[in-house]
Amino acid sequence: MSVVKPKDLALTEERLAPGHRLCPGCGEPTTVKLVLKASDDPVIVCSATGCLEVSTSIYPYTSWNVPWIHSAFENAAATAAGVEAAIKALKRKGVYKYDKVNVLAVAGDGGTFDIGFQALSGAFERYHRIVYLLLDNEAYMNTGIQRSGGTPSYASTTTSPDGRVIPGKIQTKKQISRIMVEHEPAYVATISAAFWQDLIQKAKKAFAADGPAFLHSITPCPRGWRHADNISIELCRLAVQTCIFPLWEAEKVEGKMVYKLSAPSKQIAKNPDKKKPVVEYLKLQGRYRHLFKPEEKTDLINKIQEWVDTEWDIILERCGEK
Amino acid sequence: MMGMNGDTACAYAVKQCNPEVVAAYPITPQTIIVEVFSEYVANGEVTTEFIPVESEHSAMSTSIGAAAAGARAYTASASQGLALMYEMLYIASGLRLPIVMTCVNRALSAPINIHGDHSDAMGARDSGWIQLYCENSQEAYDTVIQAWRIAEHKDVLLPVMVNIDGFILSHTLENVAVLPDDAVKKFIGEKKIPVVKKPNGELTPYVLHPDYPVSMGAIDLQDYYFEHKRQQAEAMKHALRVIKEVGEEYGGLTGRRYGLIDPYMMNDAELAIVVMGSTAGTAKYVADLMRSKGVKAGVLRVRSFRPFPRDEIVKALSKVKACAVLDRSMSFGSYGGPLFVEIRSSFCYECQKPIMINYYYGLGGRDTPPHLLEDVFYDLKKIAETGKTGEEIRYLGLRDDREADNYKAELISFKDLNEGKIGGR
Repeated sequence: MSVVKPKDLALTEERLAPGHRLCPGCGEPTTVKLVLKASDDPVIVCSATGCLEVSTSIYPYTSWNVPWIHSAFENAAATAAGVEAAIKALKRKGVYKYDKVNVLAVAGDGGTFDIGFQALSGAFERYHRIVYLLLDNEAYMNTGIQRSGGTPSYASTTTSPDGRVIPGKIQTKKQISRIMVEHEPAYVATISAAFWQDLIQKAKKAFAADGPAFLHSITPCPRGWRHADNISIELCRLAVQTCIFPLWEAEKVEGKMVYKLSAPSKQIAKNPDKKKPVVEYLKLQGRYRHLFKPEEKTDLINKIQEWVDTEWDIILERCGEK
Repeated sequence: MMGMNGDTACAYAVKQCNPEVVAAYPITPQTIIVEVFSEYVANGEVTTEFIPVESEHSAMSTSIGAAAAGARAYTASASQGLALMYEMLYIASGLRLPIVMTCVNRALSAPINIHGDHSDAMGARDSGWIQLYCENSQEAYDTVIQAWRIAEHKDVLLPVMVNIDGFILSHTLENVAVLPDDAVKKFIGEKKIPVVKKPNGELTPYVLHPDYPVSMGAIDLQDYYFEHKRQQAEAMKHALRVIKEVGEEYGGLTGRRYGLIDPYMMNDAELAIVVMGSTAGTAKYVADLMRSKGVKAGVLRVRSFRPFPRDEIVKALSKVKACAVLDRSMSFGSYGGPLFVEIRSSFCYECQKPIMINYYYGLGGRDTPPHLLEDVFYDLKKIAETGKTGEEIRYLGLRDDREADNYKAELISFKDLNEGKIGGR
């Protein structure tokens, strides 16, 4: 696939229009805009309940320049499956104008890792041609920062607060993308808005896939992560550079899911010296403040680093880099 | 004429309607519908996109997505399955999507029970769905066909739930007169897309289509939500008219006319049973029996529970001396079952009203043989003669187990439990 030029992107229409009410520094609109720009065909969006939905559709206003539906929290995949099926059947009846319409389901980590997982798993097993975009801000942000299956260890949320006895979330993050690969869909990729060209290429692949595609975006939330509004993209970059969120893709080749490390992560794999310590990523975020104040809790930071290293190893292995 | 059970009759009607999308999950006693329809799909008898989803929640979500994208969408469920759909039922009606569903009425757990009563549909009473209750398989077939016309009518645009009694109708073979495929196709017509007004006053088709970027299911706060709910209430009012119109038109085609209510020997009836669903058949038989004994008995079957045909019911019952309203679902803590409460309140401002009593009956598939309904007429006779109601809320076909009623559990602590205070192993 050819490299996308910024100028070409700038000239395409804004499918998520300005004027939405998402917070300054929110990672969601940047990611969604970029993903929508990656489709040359018409797109119908199915949103789960969440920040993106409530902030873009306050009646009588809407930010969506594409057909858009929100029905509930846990069913973006099932709703999208219905839209996809309807288009298929209407085409069969010869009453549909467009030959190719992409159906994009968008949900957060709560609506994907947790309550929405059943519908997602079902839709992927049935092999609907939908693109599922996970905006992972690692907690239930729309309801005020509660832990989810996507919350990483020792992050403080309102339902996994750092207390005198328990230092934030004690469990690790569910590795949802690898679980999705095990569904053997057409395409799975992790994306970060800091590496926008990689993101666009992957979104293009997802839309071109002949089956279900899963895009997992690391999506900073200044409110929930308690970081400054102006460093969201920097955090997107650091997440990749520290390998807490490596960039990779997996696609079906001759019936087998083949993992491939993406360029920004591959550089680190080739030069392990370039791998930044995770503490650089943690210390910019208020949700990890208790790991640094009143004194630095080296043991917990080390545990996070160990987890990152182990998971990075797994990814290197899957990508055939080890 | 075909020999079919109620489930097959529904599946056959759906086949003839050939909706674009059917999404369903199996649950007893609805399973036959999904199975039979799967065969139609496998044999290429329909062009439907059939989606065997992973849960009823997704069955309704997928139907919503499909209907929003401009397809005719059908699903079927029962009991726990309908309960799992619960939140999505409100979304289907709130988004004004004309989805058709067969609900094969079944009791809800616990204790688990697979047999017929109306608890499931009553749980969805206020979800904004039109609810029609069928007396037999013929009506099940006829109602599924009519349901599309009612749901998609421009003054209605609401989802329709066609209710049939679990096992009593779903699994019982009956003769069903069917229409030729072409006649069904012509009757339901082509699916049309409603044109609605956008907040800025412009007109737009209400469908997810690349050429018309509408936003469906927006967040609707204090300043508009209430008005949108009012529109739904108005649509329900319009449905009263549309159900009758469609039932009449269908009657012109088949000779089988359908309305909101189905009065039987009610013209001069002094005593009446009011009932919904398949029990109406038994009640009509018993009314004949009572007539042969000189009792002026009648039956009023309520076909449309939502919208509730208040005026027609009042008219049909106002000259009756005494009537018994039969409820096949409980409303715990309420003074009477859902149908009874509704009918009693319908008469609130009427000068002329019958004496009314309420029977809970047939829960969890408990049989309701003719002799029980005879007893009801005898009870009504006594009430009409004496003018005394006696107990207003009664149970029909329930064992009179006073010991069980009065049994109160003892409570013990875990310490007592560990020390084996109450027998055990």
